[in-house]
Amino acid sequence: MSNSKRIIIEPVTRVEGHGKVSILLDENNKVTQARFHVVEFRGFERFIQGRPYWEIPVLVQRLCGICPVSHHLAAAKAMDKIVGVDKLTPTAEKLRRLMHYGQMFQSHALHFFHLCSPDLLFGFDADPKIRNVIGVAIKYPELAVQGVMMRKYGQEIIKATAGKKIHGTGAIPGGINKNLSIAERDVFLKDIKQMLDWARGALNIAKDYTVKNLDMLKPFASFDSNHLSLVRSDGAMDLYHGNLRAITADGKKIFDQVDYSNYSDYIAEEVKSWSYMKFPFIKSLGPQNGWYRVGPLAGINTCDFIDTPEAEKARKDFMALTSNKPNNITMAYHWARMIELLHSAEKINELLHDKDLQGTDLVVKGKRRNEGVGLIEAPRGTLFHHYKINDNDQIISANLIVSTTNNNEPFNRAVQKVAADYIDGVPKITEGLLNRIEVAIRAYDPCLSCATHALGKMPLIVTLYDYQGNEIDSKTKQ
Amino acid sequence: MSEKRKILLIGYGNPARADDGLGPALAEEIESKNISDVTVEADYQLTIEDSAQVAEYDVVVFADASVNCSEPFSFEPLTAREGESFSSHSVEPAEVMALAENLFKSKAKGFILAIRGYEFDRFGEGLSKKAKVNLQKALDFIESLFVKGDCLCRTANM
Repeated sequence: MSNSKRIIIEPVTRVEGHGKVSILLDENNKVTQARFHVVEFRGFERFIQGRPYWEIPVLVQRLCGICPVSHHLAAAKAMDKIVGVDKLTPTAEKLRRLMHYGQMFQSHALHFFHLCSPDLLFGFDADPKIRNVIGVAIKYPELAVQGVMMRKYGQEIIKATAGKKIHGTGAIPGGINKNLSIAERDVFLKDIKQMLDWARGALNIAKDYTVKNLDMLKPFASFDSNHLSLVRSDGAMDLYHGNLRAITADGKKIFDQVDYSNYSDYIAEEVKSWSYMKFPFIKSLGPQNGWYRVGPLAGINTCDFIDTPEAEKARKDFMALTSNKPNNITMAYHWARMIELLHSAEKINELLHDKDLQGTDLVVKGKRRNEGVGLIEAPRGTLFHHYKINDNDQIISANLIVSTTNNNEPFNRAVQKVAADYIDGVPKITEGLLNRIEVAIRAYDPCLSCATHALGKMPLIVTLYDYQGNEIDSKTKQ
Repeated sequence: MSEKRKILLIGYGNPARADDGLGPALAEEIESKNISDVTVEADYQLTIEDSAQVAEYDVVVFADASVNCSEPFSFEPLTAREGESFSSHSVEPAEVMALAENLFKSKAKGFILAIRGYEFDRFGEGLSKKAKVNLQKALDFIESLFVKGDCLCRTANM
């Protein structure tokens, strides 16, 4: 530490909320350590203590402006357990699934068109003045319109199933509070073919880009890792519900078909002094070797198949790239994300043709319990909600492991890899280095959700410190 | 110039982060008043699809909390900005306007109603005392502007 320099990049642009990156250099200006610091949702677990359990599915949506539905549904699944319900009515489960696939669809479309496509279409070294969503809108207006309209379609599904875009109330303990009318259904049916078509197009862009640039992408921010996701009992991908499966970097199962209510027997969280965000790991492997990745890349790697035809064909193409072994290329997240996008569109289409959506049997009641766990595959990966309540129906403890927390160690690995590859003897934050770090982090689509977004709160500050902590360079972008 | 225009108000922010909830709080108040020709939306943050909705209106007002505007609020015309984006999944009002112009040929006039807030770094519902005072003043101002739609038209045509 005594002969080291520290480079801090704060906050990372085009990821949710605030984050900063610090890179530690030795006296020869070689990277010795890289850290991705996150101002996480500290305080939220305490904030909800004392609140009645039935408020939680609404309250937790305030954790995140981008994926409130994921928190809404994970909390509702935990509250199902609290009210003693292990199986919902077909109408309730299918409406929740429709809400969730709408969420996956809009979130993946938003990430791909708004955050990722500028990098893919213009290149990592393109002028930042054009390498953004407005640049895409000007040069590729048709593509940009598709992104906007796909996001809008998913948001409208959320509005129809959750009640409203903000503070939706659709999912309640034991079920759902409304069905989907024929009129509402017909609005979505009218456009689903177009959505499927655009999803195919987006998948092709991501796939072609990855294949064409494979030599460059293979080593970029990449490393071997374990992977974790929910899978259905037959091994299929299931983004709404399933059991936990974890595999090694070369595909060996670490555990499989674990009831997620018992997650704490398999997953632990390590606290590090320099980060508010915890570091989850697989207990049997320990903190050094047990960290893992979640999200679309992990989901495709862990499942045996996808139960919709076009996404399954896409999965096979994807897996062929690595001879059916897990894909550990960080930038392959984009391709995997577009497979999930297409899968979500196929699932929405399937559900819209299901008459159960107009059913009236919405809620099941059971015998109340004092503890509930709910998991879901959110757009950014596996999301854990765990609550305990007292006899007065109040929350007495909550533990949330959000998808971005699950990917905490991988963020650090990705940043370290990029920094080591692109800082070579010159202790300076170049535009090329800065953007490559952002590109690496963006691949995971992190959501640092707790930060506020008031006007004037989101500058980009790049600061360079020497080994004694003296500031030697600083850049701010408003 | 007294023609009434179709107006969209978008109040955004996180109500669970104290004064960050000023935008949605204003939206809620305005919505309850049912002012003709005014559509109200509330959300956590602005995103790209807001551009499609913006393009359907003549005048758009973005209401947000501000950490540094003058007290009690500021109301400024907004220019569409094409350029570097530093935001996250969300976009800034100027970028929403630029997307609306570029993608949907929007002619909407934009304004920012920035309401001064003070407490942003805690979890908790409810505005600070000073923010509540500012909210009321901003509310009186914008309601009066909306009711007398011609005033907003004149402002929009400046």
